[in-house]
Amino acid sequence: MSARRLNRGAGLGLGIAMIWFSLLVLLPLAAIIVKAAGGGASTFGHILTESETRDALLLTVKVSILVTVLNMVLGTLIAWELVRGKATGARGAGRVAEWVWGKVRVVIDLVIDIPFALPTIVAGLVLLSLYGPHSPLGLHWAPTTQKAILVAIAFVTLPFVVRTVQPVLEELDTDVEDAAASLGAGRLTILRRIVLPALLPAIFAGASLSFARGLSEYGSLVLLSSNSPHRTETVSVRLFAFIEQSNTASAAALATILLVVALLAIVVLDLVQRRVASHE
Amino acid sequence: MKSIKVTAALVAVGVLALAGCGSSSSASSSKGTVNVVGFSTMEQPNQKEFAAFNATTAGKGVKLQGAYGASGTERDAVLGGQPADEVHLSLEPDVAKLVTAGKVAKDWDQNSTHGICTNTIVTFGVKSGNPKHITSWDDLLKPGVQIVTPDPGSSGSAKWNLLAAYGAYLQETGSAAGAAADMKKFLGNVVAWPSSGRDATTAFENGTGDVVLSYENEIIQARAAGQSIDYVDPSTSLLIENPCAVTTGASKAATDFLDYQKSAAGQKVYVSTGFRPLPSVNVGSVGTVQGAMDPSNPFPTITHLLTIDKDFGGWATADSKYFDETNGILTKLKAAYSK
Repeated sequence: MSARRLNRGAGLGLGIAMIWFSLLVLLPLAAIIVKAAGGGASTFGHILTESETRDALLLTVKVSILVTVLNMVLGTLIAWELVRGKATGARGAGRVAEWVWGKVRVVIDLVIDIPFALPTIVAGLVLLSLYGPHSPLGLHWAPTTQKAILVAIAFVTLPFVVRTVQPVLEELDTDVEDAAASLGAGRLTILRRIVLPALLPAIFAGASLSFARGLSEYGSLVLLSSNSPHRTETVSVRLFAFIEQSNTASAAALATILLVVALLAIVVLDLVQRRVASHE
Repeated sequence: MKSIKVTAALVAVGVLALAGCGSSSSASSSKGTVNVVGFSTMEQPNQKEFAAFNATTAGKGVKLQGAYGASGTERDAVLGGQPADEVHLSLEPDVAKLVTAGKVAKDWDQNSTHGICTNTIVTFGVKSGNPKHITSWDDLLKPGVQIVTPDPGSSGSAKWNLLAAYGAYLQETGSAAGAAADMKKFLGNVVAWPSSGRDATTAFENGTGDVVLSYENEIIQARAAGQSIDYVDPSTSLLIENPCAVTTGASKAATDFLDYQKSAAGQKVYVSTGFRPLPSVNVGSVGTVQGAMDPSNPFPTITHLLTIDKDFGGWATADSKYFDETNGILTKLKAAYSK
């Protein structure tokens, strides 16, 4: 009796999950691929041989990889400071320093999600005023350099690694680290042998999210990038151009190529993570 | 086994429910509502136009609803089934696609304004005080001058700008080769290709470039809103003509609104927002226009005003000749010479 009820419950859950997932994800994905396939192999060939689209694709992939690596390092560092920062940052600096750091941490913890909350077009506008021709920082990167694109994508993807690593770090029991320390392990050894292996899956999960987001970023680049062919035009802008020209076959083909690249990246990241994990 | 049946039943119910949603939401709009689908620039001018139309006998009690976006995007939205009683797009080929799909009658342009509702010209937006003294198309070719113009690939409205440049250089040099040589310098000076006219203006306002190629009415509108941007009408420019049409089966209210837009009264409202009055409509004195460089003489005569029909053989010819994705003259020049 109880087994049957469990079955029914599981069936219901599975049913709801499948409908939701199908309608939201599988159906649009299938539609894109069907549309792209309708254009035939020649559409794919045409896109990949056309230098403007190829350069846009290469630029986007290059920047996304750079940003992802950056996020894996800096995102982990920020998460570490948010969770463990108190212990190391203010050690011996007295109660006031500790109190101040506590407040700062709360603020950073709140602000870190801003890139998610801010409409990306606004992010683009803000970044343009900071890194554009009127830059108060003296950094005239936007809109004509690829650095501006890097900054924009780094901005919108910042929270991914931080937010995947942070909860894992919070749950991580310090007992094991203490035990290792008491057995004579140095801090680097503890970090390398105990902490990092536990964080790896989270870091890589954040990395794949960040890479995929970087590939598809559009809003913040509308104003921040000059969209000059071969130099600062990203693939999402190219895609938008195809759509505006009613060239939906090319748009669908390019979207499919992007999907494949994202999928490849996720697989590669997963393999690397397993590889690294098994070496530990 | 049981769980599979439950799942299957659930999937079926879910799909049916959704199908139900689909059919119930497609109820037609009520008699008194006119859905106007326009290209992005029309959003603010139309608010005034709607209010003025509502104050007329024909327009009393008619509810006007506007939806705006890039011309091509709105065209595709209407093709995709977005409710539209009237379309007001940036360029004719977009309406032509709606005609092909049967959304707009074939004879939409057989009337006194040839299907045009609003017109303006291509102008140079410059920084306040025009520090680089940009007044002519030749000035745009000087080394170090930075041009911002929307991308004709992603913004249909940007085609007007590039055609104006090409037309001006063609007229000056008198040959396609001369125009191509000038376009090479011009394209080399373009520092940004934003996706739309609006994005181009915003990027320019935030410091990108020395000059933005734009619509005269857009800059007048921006100045009226308090932006510190000047503009210079070059002695050679292109008349930008925005087509409008009611969709097939549109209500009388929609036709009334279209007629009002083309009337002297309707044109005067558009003029107050920066559009030039249609040549075929006699609006009398245009009065003062807030935001114009000289509000009391808002629309100085352009010495050489090119038109798409007279100088480029009409959009049906020009669109493929200049902007074909692979063989268009301007497409090829842009691919070869833009940095």
